[in-house]
Amino acid sequence: MKAGKKMKISIDRLRAWSERDTDRDYPFIPAEKSPEKEKREAPDPNRYKNAFEIRAFQKVYNVFSVVFCLTLIAVLLITISYLPRFGEAGNPANNEVEQRYIEAGLEETGAVNIVAGMILDYRAFDTFGESCVLFTAVTCVFILLKKKPTDAERENDRLYEPKNDAILQTAAAVVVPFGILFGIYVILNGHLSAGGGFSGGAVLGACLVLYLLAFGFEKTERFFTERTFRFITVIPLTFYCLAKSYSFFTGANHLESHIPLGTPGAILSSGLILPLNICVGMVVACTMYAFYCMFRKGSF
Amino acid sequence: MFGTNLLANFEEVVAVILFGIGFSTLLLHRNLIKKIIGLNIMDTAVYLFLASMGYIEGRLSPILQNGATGQEAYINPIPSGLVLTGIVVSVSVTAMMLALTIRLYQRYHTLNLDEIYMFAQREK
Repeated sequence: MKAGKKMKISIDRLRAWSERDTDRDYPFIPAEKSPEKEKREAPDPNRYKNAFEIRAFQKVYNVFSVVFCLTLIAVLLITISYLPRFGEAGNPANNEVEQRYIEAGLEETGAVNIVAGMILDYRAFDTFGESCVLFTAVTCVFILLKKKPTDAERENDRLYEPKNDAILQTAAAVVVPFGILFGIYVILNGHLSAGGGFSGGAVLGACLVLYLLAFGFEKTERFFTERTFRFITVIPLTFYCLAKSYSFFTGANHLESHIPLGTPGAILSSGLILPLNICVGMVVACTMYAFYCMFRKGSF
Repeated sequence: MFGTNLLANFEEVVAVILFGIGFSTLLLHRNLIKKIIGLNIMDTAVYLFLASMGYIEGRLSPILQNGATGQEAYINPIPSGLVLTGIVVSVSVTAMMLALTIRLYQRYHTLNLDEIYMFAQREK
């Protein structure tokens, strides 16, 4: 009975939200009531109906948008009908660059996984840029959302979530250890099999978020605070930067590696790819976890 | 008007239609969250397009196996790397947009773009 009532309330809320009923204040985000909200007069429900121009503009805008999208699709479809056929070896995309990556990749980078060898050796600066993009994004989210928790939130960090949910806790206790092991495996095996820093880091981050969801901040605070976050993102990024800058001192010829590559297929092989994969994995895992913490509470 | 390869390139066709769906979502909805969802659908369409460009019928994924080292055994690895870049950038941009949306909601208590414009105008 109680659950049904709750369900109905949440469905009403969802409907009102999707019908853009903004007259009531829904706790979509735990925001304190701003003073502007108190001053603002109640919106007139007929405010759009009275304005003929706005309605006309809305209609013209909608029709124009649909026409524009359909035209765009039509133009792109015509272009596609002139593209080379799907899945054929002679297509212009499969040119000498790809041939070089596949045929000389093992010899020059030592990585069995050609994609890993490509993104962490031939195009390592590109991947460094990607990690920096992630870091910049998480910094921007910090700037926008970081706040001190209110007293109510400090006492109980799960004001808006179910507390100590038995199903979630049991599932997390089973899934999280294996998930973290799998994430570490994917990162460490990035140069030997499918996977690498980005995918393994995403698995690790997802496991951390699941652990946080199930057991709350008082458990994760023991090992993951803002200080930890700062160390685990900045140190790998610095290491990545320094490890790849060495080529500037060896004549800026990035193709020749001065680090022994080892036996292809062994776990300790392919020079810098394994450490760089670990760096990227740490940055990605921390970024995922930091995004979640920022969006949920505004602090770690 | 149409060339001869429209039906053979059905994966690209699907990608383009997804792109159109995402773009119309972006244009037609006034809700900021739905606009972000539309942008993400467009991102997905671009990944599908890139990945289908690198596929070659009957070849293996670019992980050296069975001792084959020639180009004729593996698909093109370059689009895979580009899709990886795209995914990372898309995640960052989505997080940034959602954070900005949260700040807008905290200020104006609405997600409707028109109402946000209206309140912002009134504040001036």
